[in-house]
Amino acid sequence: MNHLPLIIKREYLTKVRNKSFIIMSFLSPIIMIGLISVVAYLSQVNNDKVRVISVLDNSGLLLDIFENTEHITYHKLQDLTLEEARVLAVESSSYGLLHIEKANSIKNISKGIKFYSEESPSIKVISDLKHKIQKELTIQNRIHIGIDIEKLKGSEIDVTILQENFEGEKTSESDSLAKLVFGIAAGYLLFMFIIIYGNMIMRSVIEEKTSRIIEVIISSVKPIQLMLGKIIGTSLAGITQFAIWLILGSVLMFVASMFLGIDLAEMQSPQQQMLQQTMENPEINFKAQQMLASFFNMPLTNLIIAFVLFFVCGYLLYSSLYAAIGAAVDNETDTQQFMMPIIMPLILAVYIGIFTVIEDPHGTVSTVFSFIPFTSPVVMLMRIPFGVPIWQQLISLLILIGTFILIVWFAAKIYRVGILMYGKKPSYKEIIKWIRY
Amino acid sequence: MTNLLEVNGVSKKFGDFTALNNVSLSVPKSSIYGLLGPNGAGKTTLIRIVNQITMPDTGSVFLDGEFLNGDHIKDIGYLPEERGLYKSMKVGEQALYLAQLKGLSKSEAKKRLKYWFDRLEIGDWWNKKIQELSKGMAQKIQFVVTVLHEPKLLIFDEPFSGFDPINANLIKDEILRLRENGATVIFSTHRMESVEELCDDIMLINKSNKILDGKLIDIKRQYKTNTYEVGITSSQKEAFELDVNQKFQTQPAHFKTLGEELKLNIKLSAGETPNDLLQYLTSKGEVSHFVELIPSVNDIFIQTVKNN
Repeated sequence: MNHLPLIIKREYLTKVRNKSFIIMSFLSPIIMIGLISVVAYLSQVNNDKVRVISVLDNSGLLLDIFENTEHITYHKLQDLTLEEARVLAVESSSYGLLHIEKANSIKNISKGIKFYSEESPSIKVISDLKHKIQKELTIQNRIHIGIDIEKLKGSEIDVTILQENFEGEKTSESDSLAKLVFGIAAGYLLFMFIIIYGNMIMRSVIEEKTSRIIEVIISSVKPIQLMLGKIIGTSLAGITQFAIWLILGSVLMFVASMFLGIDLAEMQSPQQQMLQQTMENPEINFKAQQMLASFFNMPLTNLIIAFVLFFVCGYLLYSSLYAAIGAAVDNETDTQQFMMPIIMPLILAVYIGIFTVIEDPHGTVSTVFSFIPFTSPVVMLMRIPFGVPIWQQLISLLILIGTFILIVWFAAKIYRVGILMYGKKPSYKEIIKWIRY
Repeated sequence: MTNLLEVNGVSKKFGDFTALNNVSLSVPKSSIYGLLGPNGAGKTTLIRIVNQITMPDTGSVFLDGEFLNGDHIKDIGYLPEERGLYKSMKVGEQALYLAQLKGLSKSEAKKRLKYWFDRLEIGDWWNKKIQELSKGMAQKIQFVVTVLHEPKLLIFDEPFSGFDPINANLIKDEILRLRENGATVIFSTHRMESVEELCDDIMLINKSNKILDGKLIDIKRQYKTNTYEVGITSSQKEAFELDVNQKFQTQPAHFKTLGEELKLNIKLSAGETPNDLLQYLTSKGEVSHFVELIPSVNDIFIQTVKNN
């Protein structure tokens, strides 16, 4: 008799109706978004302060470059000694004093620049000043030694190597990057999903043992149906929660940015800010567009289908491992030691993916690992954007599914025999015997 | 086919430990069959083999003439000793789920559940969670779930544990009624008085071996010692005592009466009939108590297990 749909339904409903599941489904995004909003708000408040920087330019060469911005007001001092300027700066409670010494050459000016401040200054302020001065002094120096700036600019040559495979499809550098990003993202998503929901499957397999209903259940259904039902039911519950997180998260994000006036998308760390500054550079902006275009250049249909299949099968494979552990032990405390060995191959897969696929997507190592079931979901997904023959993808997928079924079958065996051994921890010798039983 | 269940020469080993050694038994249709034995004798293993939780190493099991297979799941209802229900599930949902696993359709399961819940007066528990119920209440649900799919064979392992006397009686009546309606019951327990009360046949298993089986009444006949419990008031008490000790094997007996009579267990030797004894006694005094001592299951159990 096929009870699989019935078991899946029960597992799903039990999980979804569980109070802590409901609370976490709705609370997690709220906490996450709340936290992000607070951080964003705080950093905005932090940025809002207008800093006054006193500038004493004894060289007289650089006065023009200090233009007031939203966050910084430059207070230009003239005809003062350094001592007087320092006193003035302290009195006017400036953020700091930038002193540029007079020197006989531009090169020497660059060595006589000092920043005085009460506390150690923000890295961002210093690097901004440094870039400003460096840029200006370089230009002045070039003019000074007789380099024609226009000619210099005109003489720069930008090289791009156009890439095309033998079938004539165009690719590019940014294509490769986009492909890698896709693969890594897929790998991490799988990784996250397994870590969050793997435990849930294990607990669900132990449930019958702790509630002592196991003998009733096992005399009604085949253990393999029970295992499959649990894996599928719990996974569906996981997907439900994930979907709630995504939807609720984006809604909350939208609401938060509307009401708090915080543009969360523009939440920036100094590095990101710099990155954004460079992004404003039209050339880089163009590159970003190229990236986006590259994404659509990838074999999208193949990629999406492969992503769904490999993600689902990879997830099922790892959850079957969790189920097997649940089948072998009596209570949750016995399971802790097994967690690491399960996650290891996954971590390995992500790193193999990053290091070997970038090197050579069709090299021996990456090819081999894209067939090994425990690493294939990640490595194959990374390889596919670079073009993998369909037959290879199919074989890898079949190996994956085969291994999954094998492990579920194995878990079912352990489960059935394990119930006869209440309270005894199974030794490896016994487990091997159970398999043959 | 008068036997519902036939177990032929079943053996089961776990490693070096023999749980069952060449055990055979037959359970007649519409009977209550007591499966007795000390702790660790192999009762649970036997029950699990019938439930197809484990497979025997050797031997075969037939249910209603067919070799035991997966289709028989719906024909067996099993109330294990280690029992429990999903704690966080509601009573009604859980019962429906378990009934559907046994092959009932949802609507049929609902109908029968309603009948049983009304019968046991637990209808208002439908939406409660198991964890809100007391142990005895949960046991009732478990009982209903076991019998709901109207299986041909019911296996109860210590069905009365956890019940108060009133509910134990209720369950006992239900078991008898199920038997009346044609079900066959295998009943494993350590409570000998309920075996005495309920069982038609018994089997005694000890250290993995069957040591006794058959109709309870036949076994009792086999174990009877021709001993009679006697209460007698004699005018010449001491002379009578001397005389009776000479004529018969006697032992002082202990039972409660209202008078001050002499209480004896008198064992008849071969060839003597109860009538002979009664005639002798009436000639000696006034007989107020005359009962044949029938060995109790308890006595048989202890005696055979010790001798074994």
